Amino acid sequence: MFHDLFAAETVQNALNILKTQFPLAIWETVYVTLLSTLFAIVIGLPIGVVLVAGENGRILKVPKAVLHLLNVVINLLRSVPFLILMIMVFPITRLIVGTVVGTPASVVPLVIAAFPFVARLVEGSLREVNPNVIEAAQSLGASPFQIIVKVMIPESVPSLILNTAIALTTILGYSAMSGILGGGGLGKIAINYGYYRYQYLVMLFAVICLIILVQIFQSVGTFLATRSDKRLKGRK
Amino acid sequence: MIEIQNLTKTFSTSDGNVEALKNVSLSIADGEIYGIIGMSGAGKSTLVRSINLLERPTSGKILIDGRDIGSLREAELREERRNITMIFQDFNLLMQRNCLKNVCFPLELAGVKKSEAVKRATELLGLVGLSDKLKSYPAQLSGGQKQRVAIARALATQPKILLCDEATSALDPQTTQSILSLIRDIHDRLGITVIVITHQMSVVEQICTRVAIMDGGVVAEEGTVSEVFSAPKSHAAKRLVYPEGYEQSVAAEEGERIIRVVFNGANATKTPLIAKMAMEEQIAASILAASTRSIGDKAYGNMLLGICGGEEQLGRAVRYLRAIPDIDVEEVISDVS
Repeated sequence: MFHDLFAAETVQNALNILKTQFPLAIWETVYVTLLSTLFAIVIGLPIGVVLVAGENGRILKVPKAVLHLLNVVINLLRSVPFLILMIMVFPITRLIVGTVVGTPASVVPLVIAAFPFVARLVEGSLREVNPNVIEAAQSLGASPFQIIVKVMIPESVPSLILNTAIALTTILGYSAMSGILGGGGLGKIAINYGYYRYQYLVMLFAVICLIILVQIFQSVGTFLATRSDKRLKGRK
Repeated sequence: MIEIQNLTKTFSTSDGNVEALKNVSLSIADGEIYGIIGMSGAGKSTLVRSINLLERPTSGKILIDGRDIGSLREAELREERRNITMIFQDFNLLMQRNCLKNVCFPLELAGVKKSEAVKRATELLGLVGLSDKLKSYPAQLSGGQKQRVAIARALATQPKILLCDEATSALDPQTTQSILSLIRDIHDRLGITVIVITHQMSVVEQICTRVAIMDGGVVAEEGTVSEVFSAPKSHAAKRLVYPEGYEQSVAAEEGERIIRVVFNGANATKTPLIAKMAMEEQIAASILAASTRSIGDKAYGNMLLGICGGEEQLGRAVRYLRAIPDIDVEEVISDVS
């Protein structure tokens, strides 16, 4: 596989593709990832909040059946492998976007695959909030809504940022996978050139780009989380 | 006026039901500093948390100024909670907010305008002596400072009642002193009712006017601090007041008789009692155990004396000691407990 990887012609060809196709592919990957993460958060965050706040009716009175249903749906969606999920939701994708092929179309299955994951991450973050602090807020006359928006979420911001970075990198991986079934971006290039046309160098470039993107998302996430965490402020 | 009427709280746990409170009734007058003391598990925390309904009692009523808070609707209860605020053993500050914003928090909840909230919070942080820490975060403060912020936060909504749930239990003795004097100072200045939950005798002695002793979910004894601490009647109260002397059993030497000397506020600390007895009556007494403490300038507590020399010596010792005001003497027969 690698014997003619660095032959002059191959390298020239790969560099050509790098110059002509990669900028657009990187852009597609980044925007699909960011957009899907955003939608996944919009859907997943409230679900995560309901799961934590509704538990035992501690903060919100949520019927047990609703919590149960949410848990089942999350577990179901999380157990289906992404590529299979993508095929299964084709009808929904077609309904929303009008087509199942192309970069915008891949956002739909990405969101459906990612929001249950985000909901679980949010659940984990919110559970870290000290229950005694929530109780203190209750003792000061906080309503359930105030507890959620003024205590639970702000107190877990550093953890939520870190988990957003995790969600971004996972969704980035899914978006690359979606290249097999019509999604655009770096995944598509890696598969089209590397898998179908045996141009492994191009595939390697695509993989390197993905690695760099993961590094960037994770580093920015860690940086922001650390900077926002007031618990880490040392004594003067 | 806080009236607690026939309060019962039963928790169901995996090992069956636990009765944390058994038919507790108390009334606490306005402007008092009321202590509720007891060992861990005595139900004192459950009791105080029932006052602002953080814990819903199984049965019984809490009346605050005649209003049954159990009958309030959610929104009314939240309103009422601004009147009955609370400080905690581990402070429970919002870790992602600075001091100023922590104190603004209850005002924000109450919908107070931001500029007004900041003004009031700044004043309160000044009152608790933290004017220079407005922008500091809880993680940058010591335990005592965190409790001061918590106190400022609890006072923000101008409550009538301040509940202190083991507020000094996580602090070192010196910091405890400063927090207690702050609480007393605030009480004196603002005239609010303070309810102090603690397992530390010293806390009650220092700031409370009245005290209830809780034991096994019931109020074992209740009264003014000097009454209860000078002449504890119940087993639980004696155990608290005489932590060393009461439970300890002292084996008498051959021919030795043991008496318990109880100080009910005598000025005995200043007089060398045992030495005087030895000089004036030629009675040699050995101190077997002693647990006395000063409340104000008076001594409370007890002391176990071993006296040799038979009936006659013992009688003279008892008479001698009884002649001193505010001292009681009783003979301890065999086992002291």
